[in-house]
Amino acid sequence: MSVPVLSVKNLSIDYIGDETDFRAVDDVSFDIGPGEFFGLAGESGCGKSTIAFAISRLHRPPALIRSGEILLQGRNVLDLDTEQLRKFRWSQVAMVFQSAMNSLNPVLTIETQFYDVLHTHLGMNRAQARERAAELLKLVDISVDRLKSYPHQCSGGMRQRIVIAICLALNPKLLIMDEPTTALDVVVQREILQRIDTLRGELGFSVLFITHDLGLMVQVCDRIGVMLEGKLVEVNAAHDIYTAPQHDYTRKLWASMPRLHGEQIRQGAQ
Amino acid sequence: MIDQNPVLALDNVSKVFGKGATPVYAARSVSFALRAGRTLALVGESGSGKTTCARLIMREYQPDEGQLLFRGAPVSHSMAAYRRAVQMIFQDPFSALNPAHTVHYHLERPLRLHQKGLGAAQRKAAIEELLERVKLDPALMAAKFPHELSGGQRQRISIARALAVGPEVIVADEPTSMLDVSVRLGILNLLNEMKRSLGLALLYITHDIATARYVAEDIIVMYAGQIVEWGPTESVLNNPQHAYTRLLLSAVPDPDVRFAQSQYNAEMADVENIRRLSAVPQPVISEVGPGHFIRPIAG
Repeated sequence: MSVPVLSVKNLSIDYIGDETDFRAVDDVSFDIGPGEFFGLAGESGCGKSTIAFAISRLHRPPALIRSGEILLQGRNVLDLDTEQLRKFRWSQVAMVFQSAMNSLNPVLTIETQFYDVLHTHLGMNRAQARERAAELLKLVDISVDRLKSYPHQCSGGMRQRIVIAICLALNPKLLIMDEPTTALDVVVQREILQRIDTLRGELGFSVLFITHDLGLMVQVCDRIGVMLEGKLVEVNAAHDIYTAPQHDYTRKLWASMPRLHGEQIRQGAQ
Repeated sequence: MIDQNPVLALDNVSKVFGKGATPVYAARSVSFALRAGRTLALVGESGSGKTTCARLIMREYQPDEGQLLFRGAPVSHSMAAYRRAVQMIFQDPFSALNPAHTVHYHLERPLRLHQKGLGAAQRKAAIEELLERVKLDPALMAAKFPHELSGGQRQRISIARALAVGPEVIVADEPTSMLDVSVRLGILNLLNEMKRSLGLALLYITHDIATARYVAEDIIVMYAGQIVEWGPTESVLNNPQHAYTRLLLSAVPDPDVRFAQSQYNAEMADVENIRRLSAVPQPVISEVGPGHFIRPIAG
């Protein structure tokens, strides 16, 4: 693989308790290559979201990074000071949360929310920002007249796509999506992920995609890491995670998922 | 009606909201029947009318048109027997149980209300039996509070509570969607087992079509308040005839198919159009296979 965009090395994160600490992420290492769609799968509490937050240093106490490195294009994110961090977020790494569609400001038009980021980070004026915002909305298949709308006038799927467009405003190298479509219907979910898949081809960003839906992940990702109790137990090409899972837990996950075609539960994985 | 001696049937039921110039049909001329020992799955996206059907059956809503038939007879307002016979399992196991009460209390309550003849000792024995039925250890569980239980355990308590009154019909509205993947199958297996051993009629409401296939003999696909396609599960899933069903199936996560190779990508590329046309009321029904029907899009 060429020089990775993101390189997580021996990352350990604790949640600090009164008496004992809880190790949420335990010595996790993985790389994401340029333009790669990388999936991180696992059940609730396995530490996948904790990693996502740590990459953009959005983790909050009691979470504490005990050890390890997070390198974004060779630069250690953990060494950045406040001002560097402000510039780094969004322009290098942008993040879409599970309830991102509710993270739009309800009292501002979509256009103003684009202007906010484009003005702050790139010094654009209103007219420049409007032009760029129109371009970005086109990327996610949303009509330009939506710029005048308020969030409540858009559907959930539309808002989620608007958030993604805003995330892409500064051409980030890495887009982190933490359960981005869990609250949406399958058809909308499919439209959004298909769009992201096309865009990463066109714009060349990498994706860290977090979900508990392993089936969906296999459909869209290039490589997948499976987490269990804070540990990354298996990393492999998406196809191999499905057809030749190596870890017992991965096999058990597949064995607990009813299938749409063929035998009800897949026996092949043992 | 649709078939021989269903336990419960919806006969051309409609539920309308907003009676002004543009009333919204949350359910439009919905008919289906639940039979003992069988599961019917109701699938569709949010707003398709699935939960409206559940609420109509639970009599939280009164139908604006059509009627509910219980053992062939119209359901009247005050039917204690109906309340006993039709029970529900909810989506969210974290809010379905009262945090201030123990498991024992949750299970004793329906017994007290619906089986007044039982003494304390008999109720205790009945509670133990219920817990064993849902594969929980009575000695460990009875005294626990909901916060001491996992999501899967809570959902098992919900099932035990529904079973406490000896129901004939169970409505399960997304009973596994809030549970972790590894826990879901246990709940689905439990529902399958209840259906078989107790001869329950099950209505399984979900957006997860793979789990519907796992538990249900028959399936109904709803969109915009209308049933667009229905029939034996395998027939509908392997040979979907309605454009909306194909669209839905194409979008369901399926590790066997990369996005680009999806079977119904033509439908996926035509989402707006299919949604628009599928939302149009269609009185015509056509049979496309044995017991397999659609409301064809006109024109």
